Amino acid sequence: MTTTPTTPAPNPASASQSATQPKTLLRFATAGSVDDGKSTLVGRLLHDAKAILADQLAAVTATSRERGFLGGEFDFALLTDGLRAEREQGITIDVAYRYFATDRRSFILADCPGHVQYTRNMVTGASTADAVVVLIDARTGATEQTRRHLTVVSRLGIRYVIIAINKIDLLDFDRQTIEAVEDEVRTLAAEIGLEVPHLIPISALAGDNIATTSANTLWYEGPALLELLETLPSTEADTADREPFRLDVQTVLRPQGGLAPGLDAEEFRDYRAVAGQITAGQVRLGDEVEIHPAGIRTTVTGIDTADGPLDSASAPLSVSLRLADEIDTARGSVIAAAGTLPPPRRDLRAEVFPFTAEGLRTGQRVLVKTGTTTVKGIVTITSRRNLETSTLEDAEELAGNDIGLAQVRLSAALPIPDFRVHGPAGAFVVIDLQTGNTLAAGIHTPEENS
Amino acid sequence: MSIDTIPTVNPTGPASATEGTPDRTLTSLDVLESEAIHIIREVAAEFEKPVLLFSGGKDSVTVLHLAAKAFWPAKIPFGLLHVDTGHNFPEIIRFRDETAARFGLDLTVAKVQDYIDDGRLRERPDGTRNTLQTQPLIDAIADGGFDAVFGGARRDEDKARAKERILSLRDEFGGWNPSSQRPELWNLYNGRHLPGEHVRVFPISNFTELDVWNYIAREGIALPQLYFAHDREVFSRDGMWWATGEFSTPREDETVTRRTVRYRTVGDMSCTGAVESDADDLESILAEVAATTVTERGATRADDRISAAAMEDRKKDGYF
Repeated sequence: MTTTPTTPAPNPASASQSATQPKTLLRFATAGSVDDGKSTLVGRLLHDAKAILADQLAAVTATSRERGFLGGEFDFALLTDGLRAEREQGITIDVAYRYFATDRRSFILADCPGHVQYTRNMVTGASTADAVVVLIDARTGATEQTRRHLTVVSRLGIRYVIIAINKIDLLDFDRQTIEAVEDEVRTLAAEIGLEVPHLIPISALAGDNIATTSANTLWYEGPALLELLETLPSTEADTADREPFRLDVQTVLRPQGGLAPGLDAEEFRDYRAVAGQITAGQVRLGDEVEIHPAGIRTTVTGIDTADGPLDSASAPLSVSLRLADEIDTARGSVIAAAGTLPPPRRDLRAEVFPFTAEGLRTGQRVLVKTGTTTVKGIVTITSRRNLETSTLEDAEELAGNDIGLAQVRLSAALPIPDFRVHGPAGAFVVIDLQTGNTLAAGIHTPEENS
Repeated sequence: MSIDTIPTVNPTGPASATEGTPDRTLTSLDVLESEAIHIIREVAAEFEKPVLLFSGGKDSVTVLHLAAKAFWPAKIPFGLLHVDTGHNFPEIIRFRDETAARFGLDLTVAKVQDYIDDGRLRERPDGTRNTLQTQPLIDAIADGGFDAVFGGARRDEDKARAKERILSLRDEFGGWNPSSQRPELWNLYNGRHLPGEHVRVFPISNFTELDVWNYIAREGIALPQLYFAHDREVFSRDGMWWATGEFSTPREDETVTRRTVRYRTVGDMSCTGAVESDADDLESILAEVAATTVTERGATRADDRISAAAMEDRKKDGYF
């Protein structure tokens, strides 16, 4: 995919000033193949956000010329394909993370390649994403691959799915043709069970509806892609008020063994706090909480950070909590708003995404890591999701890049919530007992899978 | 900016952590800091013997600061490791030692010079010692029994780094295998490894250069003076300004002048150039970085100008 670059001008003084202003963060992933123009879109976003610096542009332009791109044309994929094998084979192998900022927001873009190991890459990129942009070539419309991509984002419960219908310049911005593709995509999304997502007609190559809405699509009333990304709420900000508080304990801080230099030993003589990143919701001083596995309720008497105590804190802050009672807490303990902890269970009912060539099979003994706990598990595969028809078929094993349902018997009962309702606290990874490799990702979905 | 001798983590504190502030909107830096603290705590909890690779550069200084915040009020539960090429700026070595002492941490130093003295390594014809660091690093990791090694690498630095995991498994030769990396999902890091293998850990993977500078300014983190504009005797080579010194001597056709310069990255004197700059405080550095049109490595690192795959090849070989 080629285009003619314009050298990014040095940011004006106002932009430099905005670069140092505090901004919110949005993480999003892009899915689609080279054919859909994904590399071009990523290159375009970085370019329009002035995130490509002169030496990178010069290097890419020089390489483009070596590869036979003439007249200063420019292969955007060279910006994103970071590995030697990728450049040599001209394909993107692995998820790459890109960074750019506008005046309003910082972005982390997980660029998920579409051809090779697409499920592994999409699940990886989407797992930390607030939004996913799925690219479709306007000329071909929704394809088998679109169905696969939408199925994965649907199963993973991505909050904001944006479908970018690309290459509309090649259709001369014809409203009727583009709206026909939109209808097709809406029908497909409905069939998969995905809420009607944001649909944006774009040309990544020419820049239509990327940074600003285009004069070529006056009939389109929605926002440009960057405008939309700038205004979507981040998952944590959006759910902090609704989700019950939960913190998975990483470690217990007891400075008696070694106090940070300069602190008063007397002041911290009896200090004990449980440290972790708030998984969901928010906590306030004086809140009543319950603790797994102790099964006891107590009160939060301190929310500490190295910067000083807080009155309240919300996901995804890393904090340390002091509790009113001396309760047995350690790594793997879970602290949650009283009355909200899911009943501990030893059987997961899960959707699983095996990644390796070996796949995942009934009877397989594995390790399961969720939150800050790792336990043993035995897998029973129950069905495979047919990605061509979006239906479930009975199965006893799954191959790499399949998606399916499984039950996982755990060696200890864990208070794992429904991923569909409560998000990442309901997620886990499956680890090989011998090699330690990550075999699969999984999400606990008891309602859909009982 | 002088070297801060007070061991408090953060005297001022970020706006979002001010006591009683009702506004819960977290900034990008709040989220990145929390992510890094989570990673550092995970690794400290799951590994036997972590160590923090500390060069005195701004990125490793940032990781050290985050480690201090992760365990406050307890001491950082691991030590520091430095590979001294023998071509370091003396200011950096001083800063390294003062910082280790200030945080009360053990410092292990592996010296490239020792390897050259006893013949295990040979000086390269071009004089750079950057690639010579790998062997002493791998030996120091094995000798120290370290199973996790924290580093300050960022994904925005380089295309190969953009593909590397936050927990990056290395084989017994220290090598990185980019085609068989474990997928990294949600905040569930898998640090399992076989005997002889170890894991490199990059807590600030998701920080950009500008994020690091904004964070240093917000937190008031002490940095070596080299980052701030100062007068220095320099000569021009390959479009960079080189400090005159034992390890970088001008050729006959190169003229030494006195200029006001600063360093964007801190590496060896023999492969790190300075840029002309009047930025003598964090505010002016921030303005400069925000307005820059050239990446930090492209601007001043001869070692990264070798080829498009320079970083990937070094990492496969055991480099950070």
